[in-house]
Amino acid sequence: MATTALGNGLTVKAGRYLSGIGYVNEQHPHAWDFADQNLAYSAMLGEHYAQDGLQLKWVAPTPMFLEFGLEAAQGADWGDRNGLGSKAAFVHVGDDVGVSHAWRAGLSYLRVKAKGREGHWDDDNDVEAETEFDGTSKFWIADFVWKWAPEGNPRYRNFKFQAEYVRREEDGDLSCEDNTPAGACPGITDSYDARQSGWYAQGVYQFHPQWRVGYRYDRLDVGSVDFGPAFAGVLSKPDFTPKRQSLMLDYNPSEFSRLRLQFARDEAEQGLKDNQITLQYIHSLGPHGAHKF
Amino acid sequence: MRIVSTLASLVLALGLAAPVHAALEVLACEPEWAALVREIAGDQARVASATTPSQDPHRIEARPSLIARARNADLLVCTGAELEAGWLPLLQRESGNARILPGSAGHFEAADFVELMDKPQRVDRDMGDVHAAGNPHLHLDPGNVARVADALATRLARLDAANAAHYAARNRDFQNRWREAMQGWRVRAAPLKGVPLATHHKDWVYLARWLGMRVETTLEPKPGIEPSAAHLAEVLRRSRERPVRLILHTNYQSPRASRWLEEKTGAPAVRLPHTVGATPRATDLIAWMDEVVETLLAALK
Repeated sequence: MATTALGNGLTVKAGRYLSGIGYVNEQHPHAWDFADQNLAYSAMLGEHYAQDGLQLKWVAPTPMFLEFGLEAAQGADWGDRNGLGSKAAFVHVGDDVGVSHAWRAGLSYLRVKAKGREGHWDDDNDVEAETEFDGTSKFWIADFVWKWAPEGNPRYRNFKFQAEYVRREEDGDLSCEDNTPAGACPGITDSYDARQSGWYAQGVYQFHPQWRVGYRYDRLDVGSVDFGPAFAGVLSKPDFTPKRQSLMLDYNPSEFSRLRLQFARDEAEQGLKDNQITLQYIHSLGPHGAHKF
Repeated sequence: MRIVSTLASLVLALGLAAPVHAALEVLACEPEWAALVREIAGDQARVASATTPSQDPHRIEARPSLIARARNADLLVCTGAELEAGWLPLLQRESGNARILPGSAGHFEAADFVELMDKPQRVDRDMGDVHAAGNPHLHLDPGNVARVADALATRLARLDAANAAHYAARNRDFQNRWREAMQGWRVRAAPLKGVPLATHHKDWVYLARWLGMRVETTLEPKPGIEPSAAHLAEVLRRSRERPVRLILHTNYQSPRASRWLEEKTGAPAVRLPHTVGATPRATDLIAWMDEVVETLLAALK
């Protein structure tokens, strides 16, 4: 990945990079505030949307931060890449409010052509079917981040609120197959049309130079799913709302290490209520660039 | 690709419509360099500072508002020596402003023009937040400020040749006033000679060298690492053998460790203004250094 400042607010990035859509998409996992990615991203964007391509960004010459971005890329991680592509556009605005507050808001659009994108689906016999999707996925993401630090000095105390909403519209063909005779999927293909969404909101409070506590609520909305007639009695729209609550505490002995304890109440799978405890240790090695806002 | 051409024509339109500024747009990384630009450039520059006296220049974030300011800057005036390594490279990259990239005339670093103290033989993460180039808190030696002022006047003249004489004249005037003030400070600060100090961070070494004070110990166990109970106990033990007379910290450092040591040793904890604007009276460079010397003398009594 190479970034070049062209001047007049223009930068161009080429190679493999994390797409500028959304807020958390550009963060590497070691910079996440929780041990895992939010449900909306993991379910709809595959944790991160990374791609090989070209990004053009332009910062407007305004006193308030205003940035536009365009991306054209091969749709990486979305199946066969030959001749397929993704296009993205985003706009970011942001500013300070007094000396103690700063915010950024964004709106992003991503359009990906998928060919043979693999998925898993519980069929009507409750057998996990393998699916492949060929078609178009369109995403809209709204994101918002608000940070507070007394007198603008985050060293001793600071607070960060972050929320994103992701909406996905998919249109194309789905094929499904079970690998057991008990399954309902005989290996068929028909049309598939779905409109789904998800969101999360989280707050992280640093109350000591080395300690932070955070809470996150995330949720998916299955929305509308229209299967072609061949899927009658084979696949149905799930009728539940996956959600999860997470609470984390982390200790940061230095800039390069972080020890985290996380409790999650996970209702992301139908009929299952899971209480999860995660203990995570992150150690960064080697030179490492500064983190974005 | 329709969006690309729309964006391109938008860029073109705004580029052509952009007003021609008479004054240089300057983004200083710290308040002391904003004040120095005001001295040398006068009304030929519009100056903003990326940090306030309440902010630790090691640790701010590349906020959207700062990217917007960097976008329009003709000149960045920063300390360098990796002091701003956590955020300045992001401002340079994200603002899309080629004029302020490293190596360009629009990127000025004070550390390039002075001899840095505490240059380590080796740098390791075990050592805490140590800068390979040396100690970056160089503006606390007035001699350094004078050297940086000369270099800044040259740089301003290079960027804005039409006003070269203006910058040279203002620099001469500043150098005269600063030299005179330095003589006054040296005379007044004579009682500070040899005074042993404890400092929160290793940030007052240039001031100590200039005034002949001795930094005996720092409250941080390693640069940038918060004072720990164990380290403070060690500091206290050593201060019984080699007493300290003043305990110094800045606006952005928690006074708790300094006050703890004050209670144990009786030496006063002093919040010393570390830059212009750190106290209401420190309105420009000379008023600020006046305040530094007065605050030290008052605390010694």
